[in-house]
Amino acid sequence: MTETRGKVVGINGNMVSVEFDGAVSMNEVCYVEVEGSRLKSEVIRIRGNVAQVQVYEMTKGIACGDKVEFTGDLLSAELGPGLLGQVYDGLQNPLPLLAEQAGWFLERGIYVDSLNGEKKWDFTPTAKPGDRVKAGEYVGTVPEGPFTHKIFVPFYLLGSYTVKSVAAAGAYTIHETIAVITDDKGKDINLTMSFRWPVKRAVNCYAERLAPTETMETKVRLIDSFFPVAKGGTYCIPGPFGAGKTVLQHTTSKYADVDIVIIAACGERAGEVVETLTEFPELTDPRTGRSLMERTIIICNTSSMPVASREASVYTSVTLAEYYRQMGLDVLLLADSTSRWAQALREMSGRLEEIPGEEAFPAYLESYIAAFYERAGYVRLPDGSHGSVTIGGTVSPAGGNFEEPVTQATLKVVGAFHGLSRERSDARKYPAIDPLISWSKYSSVVAPEQIEYCRNVMSRGVEINSMMKVVGEEGTSLTDFVTYLKSELLDSVYFQQNSFDDVDANCVVERQRYVIAKLVRILGSDYDLKEKDEARAYFNSLRQKFIDWNYTEFKSEAFATAEAEIDAQYTSGGGVLSSEAEKLL
Amino acid sequence: MNKVYNRIESITGSVITVRADGVKYNELAEITTRFGKSLAEVNKIDGDVVSLQVFAGGRGVSTGDEVRFLGHEMQVSFTDDLLGRIFNGSGEPRDNGPSLAENLKPIGGPSVNPSKRILANRMMRTNIPMIDLFNTLVVSQKLPIFSISGEPYNQLLARIAMQADADVIVLGGMGIKYDDFLYFKESLGNGSALSKTVMFIHTAADPTVECIKIPDMALAVAEQFALQDKDVLVLLTDMTNYADSMKEIAITQEQVPSNRGYPGDLYSQLAARYEKAVDFAGSGSVTILAVTTMPGDDVTHPVPDNTGYITEGQYYLKGGRIEPFGSLSRLKQNVNNKTRKDHRALMDGMIRLYSEYKNTLEKKSMGFLMTKWDEKLLKYGEMFEAKMMDLSINITLEQALDLGWEILAACFEKDETGIKSELIEEFWPAK
Repeated sequence: MTETRGKVVGINGNMVSVEFDGAVSMNEVCYVEVEGSRLKSEVIRIRGNVAQVQVYEMTKGIACGDKVEFTGDLLSAELGPGLLGQVYDGLQNPLPLLAEQAGWFLERGIYVDSLNGEKKWDFTPTAKPGDRVKAGEYVGTVPEGPFTHKIFVPFYLLGSYTVKSVAAAGAYTIHETIAVITDDKGKDINLTMSFRWPVKRAVNCYAERLAPTETMETKVRLIDSFFPVAKGGTYCIPGPFGAGKTVLQHTTSKYADVDIVIIAACGERAGEVVETLTEFPELTDPRTGRSLMERTIIICNTSSMPVASREASVYTSVTLAEYYRQMGLDVLLLADSTSRWAQALREMSGRLEEIPGEEAFPAYLESYIAAFYERAGYVRLPDGSHGSVTIGGTVSPAGGNFEEPVTQATLKVVGAFHGLSRERSDARKYPAIDPLISWSKYSSVVAPEQIEYCRNVMSRGVEINSMMKVVGEEGTSLTDFVTYLKSELLDSVYFQQNSFDDVDANCVVERQRYVIAKLVRILGSDYDLKEKDEARAYFNSLRQKFIDWNYTEFKSEAFATAEAEIDAQYTSGGGVLSSEAEKLL
Repeated sequence: MNKVYNRIESITGSVITVRADGVKYNELAEITTRFGKSLAEVNKIDGDVVSLQVFAGGRGVSTGDEVRFLGHEMQVSFTDDLLGRIFNGSGEPRDNGPSLAENLKPIGGPSVNPSKRILANRMMRTNIPMIDLFNTLVVSQKLPIFSISGEPYNQLLARIAMQADADVIVLGGMGIKYDDFLYFKESLGNGSALSKTVMFIHTAADPTVECIKIPDMALAVAEQFALQDKDVLVLLTDMTNYADSMKEIAITQEQVPSNRGYPGDLYSQLAARYEKAVDFAGSGSVTILAVTTMPGDDVTHPVPDNTGYITEGQYYLKGGRIEPFGSLSRLKQNVNNKTRKDHRALMDGMIRLYSEYKNTLEKKSMGFLMTKWDEKLLKYGEMFEAKMMDLSINITLEQALDLGWEILAACFEKDETGIKSELIEEFWPAK
């Protein structure tokens, strides 16, 4: 707490005006005292001796003259061992602990420690007295679930320090001193296993930021092969309601090839969080064989929780992601939905009576969105290892129209765009990523020539289909009709994927390469088909066999059998590989 | 004692300002005008200038009228005496019964801790086949009924209120026609539904501010019943009127509008209401069905659009029927695997055939020749519409499933239905 004292002079929704004496800093946290509880708030504008603060709780009952205490600290997250597996609200309060204290409802003014202060962690020192250390370097480790959790010199310490002493190996709580370091002036600083970091500042204690090149496997065929995402990259999923944004993120959170997944449920349905909470502890992480929950952190600020902490939840999530990246881990942050965050900014901007931009969003919307996505990245750490934060955000455009400010601002800064379309989701095609509008700047897991070839078949097929709507099937040549059937085949056996089937949903890269090669052979062949009905029947049966193949375990006996059936079907149609396709194989 | 103020500084629409000290945000006041008393709620404080929205509206309010602050927020009385009663948006009786002032509970309370929720997994039976069979309503689900003006959505709600197997029904009417109010009163007033129903009604003729309070009142009462282990079904009509009232007040208070005049927090406001739908771990539940009329049948209008992002699917009422294609209950797969084993297969099969019927209908209208298969589909489509889709049909899920098989058997051969042979052997009706 600082000496600065304030009192409330105005209330408008969740924005409170506070008259203060002394010094106040921008984005400083303060507490409004009302009816026996203290409501956490953040300074968002200062004019003369009046600060405007956004209250992270419901503001009813506040009156002019109510006291306000200023903390001098920015809104910050507590970082240390014990974050994994937690379910936090936007201000990093563990929700199960809140429930223990307050019962059914999220009563205001109750704040709980983010990390368990009693639990003892097995500490192994790695630094020794006399070592020179900087912020973001570590002095020891503790095991946390399947990971080695590094204990850092806090990120906020500037300059270099000399290690004076390190605790012996043993069990300690996060509040016990595990090392003492000395600065250049000879002042000692005690280090514990946890420290706080302001969430709105990016962690930059890495040696170098590198270009994201390695593809992050999501096991979704359409993404990995056609619209890939790199580790340390960014992508967005805009789509109208009901198009399957959340389902897509949910499957990604299960199967993505990363160490840690952070799910930021920002302004969305509580029911979906409950689904994750019920399901994840039961599932095993294929990489470690342990519960999926052990690699997951959920930050949940659902749509009915206070709007201001919705804004905070996005920053809290990315801060936790950066913290684990610093340990040399690959972290995936899934934010659902960034539009709700943007709307929180809009609400506050309106209360501040700022001049509105497009659709009443504030003028700084674009720079805020850009700054958020720029916190992703693939980095080389001080100890030479590499870590990454990948950010995938959903966007919920009003009316499903991508020409709105949030989608447009996001598209400017992300590396991949997975646009979901109403047509595809209405046709029950999952994932409903529209292959005609989506793009990615990262490299695919499959040879680019093969992808290009498939893409051409796809777009040619779409052209023929729209032509066929005008001239009818009769007016279409057999060659064109077969091309159309080929594009349909590609769509139904490769683009579409059953997220409810454990085998089909988890399509590994090796399999994707194998299947694409098979597809290029089929798409790139000419067949001995006499008429359209025959062609349709032929491709329908091929499709059925292919789908059955998708459901078999990779390289299993059933896989070989199903493949043999496809090959037999291919031969029966008199398939002759064209020279163009042959070059690709 | 609470202070009384006799000087109103400004009156704009239904919002007045007075200079007062020590007033709390969202506190209630009572204003006495020549037309009687009305409640008002503090919605902005700037120094000693306090803005209040007057529930009865600003018409006829004089600058010399008396404003008395009550020192508490908006509350609703919660007792079992509520059942069978009708109230307005201020919580005053609309029937001839006494006003209630016991066990007052604040409205618009905090949201439920997500870690205290459980996964929705119980079916709520409505005995309407288009719901039970094809888009099952699930306890704690929140679903809007998208519709255009003129559709019989209030009739549908009344029917659900009478047939659904909920312990308590809470009906919230916002900006409804007086005729519709009378219709609800009449249809729910007869029979067993009355003893388990509470109504909060705001008609189109009532002041705008009261409209905004209806969902909060209804949901606060529902929540209290749910905490007493009751399964509560909340029926709201019409959420578009509710959103329009918010728009009216926001504009009056010179808020910057975001989309077609609606306030920027429309999503949050709607979500705060819909998210009251909950299944409490180890206690009761709240399920919400809310009519949302779509101006111009446009689903991208801000109200249905924002609603769609919040709710778990939608029922699409068109031509007096629940459309099987636009409608979707996102939670149905949580329950329809444990009703009867033919449920899912029959649901998929019948809808697939119905969509083929629609294609045939199109072909027919374009003058194409009808094949034998087309004739079968036409017969099927007509039977399906008459026997399944009509809203007045009141049969249990099991009866509806049997009826489904009968319709299929009347129109098709077994292998034409595309349903698993095993199920066909078991359920195909003997002729």
